[in-house]
Amino acid sequence: MGVEGIGARVARKEDKRFLTGKGRYTDDMVVPGMKYAAFVRSPHAHAKIKRIDASAAEKMPGVIAVLNGQQMLDDGIGNLICGWMIHSKDGSPMKMGAWRPLAHETVRYVGDAVAVVVADSVGEARDAAEQVVVDYEELPAVTDAATALTAGQPQLHPEAAGNLIYDWAIGTSEAETDAAIAAAAHVTEMTILNNRLAPNPMEPRAALGVYDSAEDHYTCYTTSQNPHVARLVMSAFYNVAPENKLRVIAPDVGGGFGSKIFIYPEEIVCLWASKRAGVPVKWTSDRTEAFLTDAHGRDHRSTVKMAFDKDNRITALKVDTIANFGAYMSLFSSSVPTYLYATLLSGQYAIPAIHANVRAVYTNTTPVDAYRGAGRPEATYLLERTIETAARELGVSPAELRRKNFIRSFPYQTPVIMNYDAGNYEASLEASMKQADWAGFPARKAEAEKRGKKRGIGMSCYIEACGIAPSAAVGSLGAGVGLWESAEVRVNAVGTIEVLTGSHSHGQGHETTFAQLVADRFGVPIDSVSVVHGDTDKVQMGMGTYGSRSGAVGMSAIVKALDKVEAKAKKIAAHLMEADESDIVIENGEAKVAGTDKTVPWFQVALSAYTAHNLPGGMEPGLKEGAFYDPTNFTFPAGCYICEVEIDQETGKTDIIQFVAADDFGNIINPMIVEGQVHGGIAQGIGQALLEGVHYDAQSGQLLTASYMDYAMPRADDLPSFQVSHQNTPCPGNPLGIKGCGEAGAIGSPPALINAITDAIGNNDLSMPATPQKVWAAIHAAH
Amino acid sequence: MTKVTMTVNGRQVSGDVEDRTLLVQFIREKLGLTGTHVGCDTSQCGTCVVHMDGRSIKSCSTLAVQAAGSEILTIEGLARDGELHPVQAAFKAHHGLQCGFCTPGMVMTAVDMINRYGGALDEKTVRENLEGNICRCTGYHNIVKAILAAAAEMSAGRQAAE
Repeated sequence: MGVEGIGARVARKEDKRFLTGKGRYTDDMVVPGMKYAAFVRSPHAHAKIKRIDASAAEKMPGVIAVLNGQQMLDDGIGNLICGWMIHSKDGSPMKMGAWRPLAHETVRYVGDAVAVVVADSVGEARDAAEQVVVDYEELPAVTDAATALTAGQPQLHPEAAGNLIYDWAIGTSEAETDAAIAAAAHVTEMTILNNRLAPNPMEPRAALGVYDSAEDHYTCYTTSQNPHVARLVMSAFYNVAPENKLRVIAPDVGGGFGSKIFIYPEEIVCLWASKRAGVPVKWTSDRTEAFLTDAHGRDHRSTVKMAFDKDNRITALKVDTIANFGAYMSLFSSSVPTYLYATLLSGQYAIPAIHANVRAVYTNTTPVDAYRGAGRPEATYLLERTIETAARELGVSPAELRRKNFIRSFPYQTPVIMNYDAGNYEASLEASMKQADWAGFPARKAEAEKRGKKRGIGMSCYIEACGIAPSAAVGSLGAGVGLWESAEVRVNAVGTIEVLTGSHSHGQGHETTFAQLVADRFGVPIDSVSVVHGDTDKVQMGMGTYGSRSGAVGMSAIVKALDKVEAKAKKIAAHLMEADESDIVIENGEAKVAGTDKTVPWFQVALSAYTAHNLPGGMEPGLKEGAFYDPTNFTFPAGCYICEVEIDQETGKTDIIQFVAADDFGNIINPMIVEGQVHGGIAQGIGQALLEGVHYDAQSGQLLTASYMDYAMPRADDLPSFQVSHQNTPCPGNPLGIKGCGEAGAIGSPPALINAITDAIGNNDLSMPATPQKVWAAIHAAH
Repeated sequence: MTKVTMTVNGRQVSGDVEDRTLLVQFIREKLGLTGTHVGCDTSQCGTCVVHMDGRSIKSCSTLAVQAAGSEILTIEGLARDGELHPVQAAFKAHHGLQCGFCTPGMVMTAVDMINRYGGALDEKTVRENLEGNICRCTGYHNIVKAILAAAAEMSAGRQAAE
């Protein structure tokens, strides 16, 4: 590697603008004549809309228009859709209820948008929104998914009888799995709750719709992780405008964590309103709106049986999960508890029989979709809590029980679709135990006891499927899109290089990492490489960034384009030096004839391509190549996390003494950035385990955690510094050997923490978030 | 409407504001200094932190009229002569930022923290003093490292100057 090439710890190119206040986020955008939108939202979890009276609002100062859902329907704007078809066990398609961008008949959760006010200022728009009178007929509401499935509950959508969206199963037959469980020497049974979370990127969502009547063209600035997908969906399904008349720009985006993948009502409304009202319309979410309307994550209730033979080998796993989808099916919601969750239920273990059943359920709550990890944290939490509990029941060490059941030869076909290509689970387990001084724990526990503190240690061995995903494979599983990525490499006439990518960076540092890839290939400085992303007018097409796919898929597309550029550059260089093409090497910013002192500088090769005065016969001018890369398999990052805690018996407060992460991410381009991703993921996982939880009032359906005063975000003094290391096995499935690192921290950490706390307090009956109140109660219940 | 005048990043500025106009709105919308952000409605997240008369404040919970006559420093005014402030440089060197949205507030809080504690900062103190700034990307690990490194460097710089 060079100082700036693959594997180098390069400081980020994009940092200066963020550090000096020059970042440009959607809310920073100003266009001439721009006005502001405020939404009228349902204060009820479930109600019929009888009448909307905007007459008072329309007379308020600064108001330009008050628009409603009936007008949107009249203008032919379509329903919001879920783009992944799941079929139930009985073969019937999932039951998708209608989701209107502005509700005109029924509201189904607190925050459901009903009308929009466009006014000269944000303040005037909000003042007027308060004057829109909506006459509601309240209906009973249900917020808990298991309750929503029972008889006599409120029904959300006529399409989904009993609020059931699908009843889906995967894996070994239920009969075969039951038989294995019946024959087992030991069965561990648990009920596992995975708490509902609010993603909370620090930048709230925002959208700016600009309609150009002369060109009949729309521009949408939006906080998106995948602007091309937004354009595709808004064109093909929501009927906002044809793709060639709609430009979507996702400029700097302040974090996403999944919540900015989806297409929400607000950007559709801003675009539509910009034509209806004849002015550019900007909307920026406040934090309470974000809690109310950004898609939530998790919210699973599962029962699990894990069966062991007399040698403590796992013989079967049976899982029954109820997934709360909220009031509407968000864009990729259906895939999360199925192909991103149940397919990972083998974990790192050889389990001959796995049967999982998943029911997806409507409730009067905010829609639920992918949040950092998306299904994989739920699978890992379920498995790692269960195997830890089994170790305690069997009286064996948790490490030994895991070791005994590790998958050790690859490729390995699980009973739940996934084919693991490479890994070394033992290596991460050993590294983390050594790092955490696992052997020294009993002495530390004894010492803590002398101080009146309860000390515990817990581990978690996770696997995830990233590099999402082979298009034909996901197509066969119901995906409405292909999950390839595209790239274009443009070498300018002076040798500087632009990389256009369909990946989108909202904190991941692509402008640096992707430039390192190019620097490595041609030996040019990363400052001469610019990375362009986030604009459908500039980048040909792209599927965006989520599922830890930008390295494994996005960079693989860049590699393919670089291959083509290099091949052409070598032809040109060979022609210039009258050498054989196969003897040309490009490195250190020049093309050389191997074994001679003949060289041509890189810029000269580029310039020759564009002057075209002396190119090989028949060659087209220019040095610019594009590529699409479609992965051949998922990638399988894995690792072992260990957490050690100390608990104050008087208050139930948990202090994290140490947190160790040992990951296998395959090859790494920039270790500094990868470590940063792990830190952030762990913090979100610790947040889930210790602090965070979305709560609704079960009767009224009111969201009780709608601000940072009520929803506990991890703060600096809630967290320790983390100890992270890598034990990498290259991924055989893509040209760079990358597995992906964006979600691992959030996937691996929650069970390690809860295993540590339950170890400390001697009571296994504890759900997330393990607040001091819950831990205190669990300590006292145990004695 | 009330006319307010204040000094922002060394330059005197004036503007007509409503009584309810927040300092952050004045900075972002009237002055076009969009480095100062709004991340919550409850004065919790700290993305709006600026300095008023040398102390860090949350510009989302300060009215523009309250800032009349004061000296305001925003993130845009921190770097001098094209050189990053040592705290900005440390955030870059230690990868103390990812999406960048909390970063201006974090940096302004960190500068004030270092000014108040000088070389006496340790990890625990830094973490406690970041109570009012939320970051969702970094897990704070590298922010804490960056602040400690900047504090050490600035302290060494002061000693060298003495």
